Amino acid sequence: MSDNVWIIGTSMTNFGRFPDLDLLDLASTATLDALADSGQSMTDVGLLALGNVYEANSHNGQRLQKQIGQTGIPVYNVVNACATGATAVRVAMMGIKAGECDVALAVGVEKMGKMGMLGGAARKAAEKTVFTPKGRYGSVVKTEGLLGTGLMPGVFAQAGTEYALANGVTAEQFARVAVKNHLHSTLNPLAQYQKEFSLEEVMSAEVISYPNTLPMCCPTGDGAAAVVLVSDAKLKTLDPDVRRRAVKISASVMTSDPWTEGGQSQPDVNTLTRLAADQAYEIAGIGPEDLDLVELHDCFATAELIHYDNLRLCAPGGAGEFIDSGAPMRDGKTPVNVSGGLLSKGHPIGATGIANLYEVATHLRGEAGARQIDGAKVGLTHVIGLASACAVHVLEAPAA
Amino acid sequence: MTQSIPAVEYLVLGDDPHLQAHECQQCGALYLDRRNACAKCSATTFGSRRLSNEGVLRAFTIVQRGAKSGPFTSAVVELNGGGVVKANLLGVTDPAQIHPELKVRLATFPAGTDDDGTVAVAFGYEPVGA
Repeated sequence: MSDNVWIIGTSMTNFGRFPDLDLLDLASTATLDALADSGQSMTDVGLLALGNVYEANSHNGQRLQKQIGQTGIPVYNVVNACATGATAVRVAMMGIKAGECDVALAVGVEKMGKMGMLGGAARKAAEKTVFTPKGRYGSVVKTEGLLGTGLMPGVFAQAGTEYALANGVTAEQFARVAVKNHLHSTLNPLAQYQKEFSLEEVMSAEVISYPNTLPMCCPTGDGAAAVVLVSDAKLKTLDPDVRRRAVKISASVMTSDPWTEGGQSQPDVNTLTRLAADQAYEIAGIGPEDLDLVELHDCFATAELIHYDNLRLCAPGGAGEFIDSGAPMRDGKTPVNVSGGLLSKGHPIGATGIANLYEVATHLRGEAGARQIDGAKVGLTHVIGLASACAVHVLEAPAA
Repeated sequence: MTQSIPAVEYLVLGDDPHLQAHECQQCGALYLDRRNACAKCSATTFGSRRLSNEGVLRAFTIVQRGAKSGPFTSAVVELNGGGVVKANLLGVTDPAQIHPELKVRLATFPAGTDDDGTVAVAFGYEPVGA
């Protein structure tokens, strides 16, 4: 008997800013819709994994149960930075693979509103009378901005310029990523923004952290997504209509940072992504040339471009040429972020690593409406959270 | 005489300012912060190693909006002989001035004074030949 795990139901809410909805409204909506999509109810579910970052000390899995069904099942509340949603999926999968349940639910939810730049808010200065070394660096003053930047826009900008200096990528090539993803989002009614930007508009917008301008940075926002997973054995017992739409998880891989010298000073977003991708391709028995679509972690435009290379979508060092060729456009060789990506669909942190599964699974089912990639059979999802967790999933359409 | 203190402990002041790293005694991995054990090999004994004041810029960004008002240029520098450090690239905010293999050298500057008059001294890098 194979030990495959299948997605039989999935849903996501609109991403955006919803002041009238609380965290549990969002999580409940995504979960109930995913359950309805799967033909299951809470009484069928044997395990719940809930991912959330900013309210992670509130036991949101159990709070969600109080809205939709308290059945006594084990609940795992997880947090893993921007890979939080994907981590919830991994926990649900491991529960099935360990034989603890045959139906598991993974939910990711976040309510960020208009938080502004993460870590960038002005902090009230403490009264300081005498310089005293503090912490593991023995700092006597705040070092952000004094000894470089560790804020996310700067981290991912530097990851991009490192690649650019080594491979000759231009600021315009980075900007083309944002042009593409904002264009893609115009077909996605669930996206936070659905507005097209010209290359000139992207490049002349306010610079946040060069080379990333404002439309090259993902927004904060609210949203939730959910998946219902089942074992092979359970799938065989379900209705033909459920089986027909079941999407196989052909690989599910999570990595953290292995030691690298540079990674001690500046997060190394490449090595763990490459490790995860290579493992995922091997487990799934496919290569990047087999992918019909990819949803990757474009928290900033610079990030997407370097992940073309990290996920082996382009020739080594060839990410600039890859975007110029149109390959990652929705009508290109390897469509990337046809949802609009984090840049335009939005990035409610806890939901992101499940929303990308929703997107790919919906295409593999042939149910993506105006943005459908025709005939999609195999897709890949990727998230990375600092510092650092990376998850890659490979999904396959059910056999026709 | 004005007292000074390094902004971070891995900066050594005096007549010859330089950076000093914790070096794993087993594998030679370098750390600017205190570690309980080596992240590369898990050994628990560390010594000190002086790092070069010169290196090559490997990554950068020019920050316009952040916790500190811009523009300033953050850079990742690969030091000659080992060690990678993040600091500001001093005196450069135009990306056209940054090119592959840009050589840089450490420089120090005052970064604040406390109520006792002690000056915190930070460091950054300047392009060599600038």
